[in-house]
Amino acid sequence: MKKKILKKADSQLFFIFPTIAVFSIAVLIPFAYGLYLTFMNMPTIISTPIFGGLVNYKAAIKDSMFWSSMWLTVKYVAITVVLVNALGFALALLVTSGVKAQNFFRTSLFIPNLIGGLVLGYIWQFIFVQTLPAFGEKFGIEIFRLGWLGDADLAFWALVIVSVWQLAGYMMIIFIAGLVTVPKDVLEAATIDGANSWKRLINVTMPLMRPAFVITIFMTLKNSFMVYDINYSLTAGGPFNSTMMVSMNIVKKAFAENNYGMGQAEAIILFIIVAAISGVQVYIGKKGELKA
Amino acid sequence: MSNTKLIKRILTYMSLVFTFVIFTFPFFLMIVNSFKTNGEILQSPFSLPHSLNFSHFIEVINKMNFSVSFMNSLLITVLSTILIVLFSSMTAYYLVRNNNRFSKIFFSVLVASMIIPFQSLMIPLIYIYGARLNLIDTIPIPLLIILYAGFGSALTVFFYHGFIKSIPIELEEAALLDGCTRRQTFFKIVFPMLTPTSLTVTILNVMWIWNDYLLPSLILSKENLYTMPIKMKVFNGTYMNNWELLIPALLLTIIPILVVYFIAQRKIIEGVMHGAIK
Repeated sequence: MKKKILKKADSQLFFIFPTIAVFSIAVLIPFAYGLYLTFMNMPTIISTPIFGGLVNYKAAIKDSMFWSSMWLTVKYVAITVVLVNALGFALALLVTSGVKAQNFFRTSLFIPNLIGGLVLGYIWQFIFVQTLPAFGEKFGIEIFRLGWLGDADLAFWALVIVSVWQLAGYMMIIFIAGLVTVPKDVLEAATIDGANSWKRLINVTMPLMRPAFVITIFMTLKNSFMVYDINYSLTAGGPFNSTMMVSMNIVKKAFAENNYGMGQAEAIILFIIVAAISGVQVYIGKKGELKA
Repeated sequence: MSNTKLIKRILTYMSLVFTFVIFTFPFFLMIVNSFKTNGEILQSPFSLPHSLNFSHFIEVINKMNFSVSFMNSLLITVLSTILIVLFSSMTAYYLVRNNNRFSKIFFSVLVASMIIPFQSLMIPLIYIYGARLNLIDTIPIPLLIILYAGFGSALTVFFYHGFIKSIPIELEEAALLDGCTRRQTFFKIVFPMLTPTSLTVTILNVMWIWNDYLLPSLILSKENLYTMPIKMKVFNGTYMNNWELLIPALLLTIIPILVVYFIAQRKIIEGVMHGAIK
């Protein structure tokens, strides 16, 4: 009997222990320890942490650089989420509208997703620094002649453009997967009832696509809140820290200024904001879901 | 075909072709300019090169120590993905087939953890495994692989969980009655049936790990351990604005994943689609 229990425990451990171990090492322990760190005072990385109460959170709340980067990130997230989903959905509709070479368009529009944000940032740096000014010069288009990355506002929009360009193809694929599940007979019934293609899209297709939107909005939200690579390689936060997103601000605080406690307090504030926004988004999205 | 239909069709094609041009233009620019000298690039970035001059590619391959960082990226991506697929499928199988209280709690914790941004974990990660345990200096690559296995497990278990639920239990029961152990049943009967999901999660994890920059940049400090994105960042720092070298370097960095994509594009697109439906 005892042997049997041991054997059963052994077999259970075999199946779940590896995941429990790696998940704890990578996520659970750092998360818990990270919370603990925010309540500790650490003048340097190697000094023993001393309990400091809310001192790090107070410093984080007073850190104007943190809040300006947070505000910039929120603006960036709002614009990117809308543009990526609108463009992704529009492309999905175009690609599935019965055109020839459907696969060709689908395949090529997905390519930007294959490449990491860091490399994409460098590629687009070439475009914003060399190509567009040359283009503007040649055809006398003023907006392109300016060096976009040297201007605070234009550099922000450069980040938005590259992000939308990168993510729209991925969301398009998810929307295509969703469009396939919209039942043909429902669309036909709407046509017989006299709905034109615009009405069919708004009143039939879009509501049925709600589950796809819940996923794509969640993915773009989380992705854009965490943006770092493109930010780092395209603008490096410049000019004069005007495009520094929250993620880069935290990396700088922690690893350039060695202020782990305060950096982590800011990271926890970021976590709370992301969790709250995406939690509400998924809740609202799921609540009104229609069953086809 | 009626007139409005024809116009609609033409507009559809025009917008698709326009988007296609915009989406692929950056790659076109990279290819065209990779054969030019700095002077030619500055003069006219759009024109076709005079000749197919590969000398900059060769220079970059030598200067970048390209093969070393390629092998590092490959090793880290392959090993991490194998661990994720193996561990997560086993765990999801256990969680579905033993639907007790522990399983429910563990699964909820995994799903909830997907909302945690990496930025909220990276400082404690560096503090614990660097400053405290010194693993970043002693075993950086194994540490990185284990961290990837941990970060990838939540989403991957979630995918397998959804798929295993739809597999009838009868086959496994028959195998168990025939004297198979649970391990044998899993590896010989269940795991092969999971192949479509395994393919999807492999694609998603490989795309993420291969391109990841922030985590490896915090953990790999020795140059001979750099992955390709870190190498590219360092190269960009050394040859700032020296486009005749930077462009071939960027192209070389993206070619491996593009080659894989052109060979397996159907599977990759399908994988992303499957990944989204759940």
